Amino acid sequence: MKTSATRAVQCSAVVLAGLMATTACGSSGGDDAAQKNPSFKGRGPIKYVAGKDAGGSVQKVLDKWNKAHPKEKVTFVELPTDADAQRQQMIQNAQTKSDAYSVLSLDVVWTSEFAAHQWIDRLPENKFPLDKMMKPVVETGKYRGGQYSIPHASDGGLLYYRKDLLKKAGIDKAPATWAEMQDACDKVKKLSEGKGMDCYAGQHQKYEGLTVNFSEAVNSAGGEVLDAKGKPNLDTPEAKKGLDFLAKSVKDKTIPKEATTYQEEQGRQAFQGGKLIFMRNWPYVHSLASKKDGSSKVAGKFDVAPLPGLKGPGTSSLGGHNVALSSSAKNKATALDFMKFFTSEQKARFALEEASLAPPYESLYTEKALVKQFPYLPTLKKSILTAEPRPRVVNYGDASSAMQKEAYAAMTGTKSSAEALKDLQKALQKPTAQQ
Amino acid sequence: MVETHNPGGSATASADESSHDRSGGSSPDGLPAPAKRRRRQPGATSGSARMAALLVSPTLLVLTIVVLYPTIVAFKDSLYGTAGLDPKTGFVSKTEPFVGWSNYADIFGEAGSRFWNAFWNTSFFTVTTVTLETVIGVAMALIMHKAFKGRALVRASILIPWAIPTAISAILWRWIFNSDGVANKIIGEQILWTTEGFHAQVAVIIAEVWKTAPFIGLLVLAGLQVIPKEVYEAARIDGATAMRQFWNITLPLVKPALLVAVLFRTLDALRMFDLPYVLIGAKKASVETLSMLAQDEASNVRFGPAAAYAVVLFIYVFLIALAFVRLLGTDLVRDDDPTPKRRRRWLTRRRTEVTA
Repeated sequence: MKTSATRAVQCSAVVLAGLMATTACGSSGGDDAAQKNPSFKGRGPIKYVAGKDAGGSVQKVLDKWNKAHPKEKVTFVELPTDADAQRQQMIQNAQTKSDAYSVLSLDVVWTSEFAAHQWIDRLPENKFPLDKMMKPVVETGKYRGGQYSIPHASDGGLLYYRKDLLKKAGIDKAPATWAEMQDACDKVKKLSEGKGMDCYAGQHQKYEGLTVNFSEAVNSAGGEVLDAKGKPNLDTPEAKKGLDFLAKSVKDKTIPKEATTYQEEQGRQAFQGGKLIFMRNWPYVHSLASKKDGSSKVAGKFDVAPLPGLKGPGTSSLGGHNVALSSSAKNKATALDFMKFFTSEQKARFALEEASLAPPYESLYTEKALVKQFPYLPTLKKSILTAEPRPRVVNYGDASSAMQKEAYAAMTGTKSSAEALKDLQKALQKPTAQQ
Repeated sequence: MVETHNPGGSATASADESSHDRSGGSSPDGLPAPAKRRRRQPGATSGSARMAALLVSPTLLVLTIVVLYPTIVAFKDSLYGTAGLDPKTGFVSKTEPFVGWSNYADIFGEAGSRFWNAFWNTSFFTVTTVTLETVIGVAMALIMHKAFKGRALVRASILIPWAIPTAISAILWRWIFNSDGVANKIIGEQILWTTEGFHAQVAVIIAEVWKTAPFIGLLVLAGLQVIPKEVYEAARIDGATAMRQFWNITLPLVKPALLVAVLFRTLDALRMFDLPYVLIGAKKASVETLSMLAQDEASNVRFGPAAAYAVVLFIYVFLIALAFVRLLGTDLVRDDDPTPKRRRRWLTRRRTEVTA
């Protein structure tokens, strides 16, 4: 019988150890008074927290700062590439009111959530050159009129297309509308080179990328996900036309069926492998697809254009990252100075040259030397200037889940797009109720 | 005599006794003579009992701190709701309201369809994967147990899947189940494995079985290696077929080890999270498990409902574990049998050492 008892203990230990990961998250901390007027006092070492530095430029920027400010050194805390993991890590830090993180690099859609929970401080906007930055980009840092985060890198969607094939089919211009794109596909597919190719793909797997693509489709058809008051507004003919574009394209194979499994990388590989005529993706793809080491079959054969829309050029969703100040941080005076340095035009230029990060500053997009190095810059500027942010909601995670769910149902054919939008309109009521 | 003894439990005892009769006293299977064993056993048992209690007490203390405390806190958390947003300031309240059982009421009410879907997915994955793993794991153990050239290599290669972290193997399988991945090349048609549907469940089951069958294989192998060869020799002399030997000797003798392996796998499968999360993706209804539900709530800063899901899962897992120990465990640990299956008890003890 002794063994029996021991075993019971062993068993429950195994069960519990596994559960602890999910249960030991704890409730939020005490009832501290909100910091209504942050004073930004204190100087000394701070920490900059961001996702994995793929381009390798962040540490170089920090080194520059550290050289000039030996007493106020900034340490780089590098989080995983996965955006959800970064967000969770930062939330955990905020929940425990830890001062381990000082300056946070937030995805543009997180600002509302972090501001509403007072995990980040409201910033003095007059200390930053916001007027030199592009307006839609600056807007991503706002919550209820206050500036809570400052853009340090932007991003917008681009239409990648096969210049060579279009030319051969007698088309000299990138399509501006969905109908034109469809038309171009039909013509290219008639060519001997175009046989077996698929027309178009974006990020259509059920994840955050689908929220981006869905919002773009709705906006590009003249609709909106949320109206000016922040209420869902999807019960409109425009929104239906937007979702219809995605759903019908899958049905008539303009978008290949396997694109419903594509994230950024799978789409890039399909395009680089010469399987796609058109692709919606971010600027980072440009340099990879242009590589002449054999990894890309389309190097020199493609170009970029603004996303197409229903009646004219479409509307991109904004990507990018902003820096924010953790409300539980120490040495906030240093942190603020560092943020000024980190969001400066000089640093933005460096990050563009080093890691091809899209700058928030408008002037950099027209500089000759830069345009020569990054030929997509003028197109990207257009894309960003006309871009719409994804819905700014405190419960962004829930809103995004709902959009993914319904858009995916419409695209995989389990629901009609009218039905999906009706359900989405209903599903978005709750996460947008408390704005 | 193999034909006359009743199959199952008493196989070894009767084999023992009859060979005893025939060879007149000397124990053929190399174990100590029964009389000697009987003399040594009682003293050893009571002494080891005291010793065990003494040795286990620090463990129990640690378990209380690292297991009982978080469980209680999780339960307490599950009674609190989500902090609301003040429409005037736009800030989220700092305190979470006490809502009593309403998180649980929501699980079975408002969020019921999502919960039951996750519940059935969890149960379905557990039943299918553990069944397949058991069959394949036993087969692996039998292969590893065989003496042949290159055995070490086979053993090592069978254990590789178990050595790879689940998240990594999930990424690996995601490549295999890619729209133009190896899986589709092999079957020669395009199945979009990572979309919603039964095929997504199949992908999870395949990847899970591939990874964890070696675990069962390993434990069963440990059980196999302590079965004395003489039992098989005796059976062979009596003309038992290989099949007969497997059902009447091997299986009953490795049963204790096998049951522990199955129990561990069952409990593990019930908590399945990372494999479907990485392989298929979050929020996919066809593969969403209870752990994924809890994680999803927690990641949306709703710790109360997340804790409630975790507590429900805990109770489910606990009940299954309890049922296991009650229904099957008695067979492992029966001490009060007047004609104890000595070798089996000895095996049980050996197995505990192996698994510890």
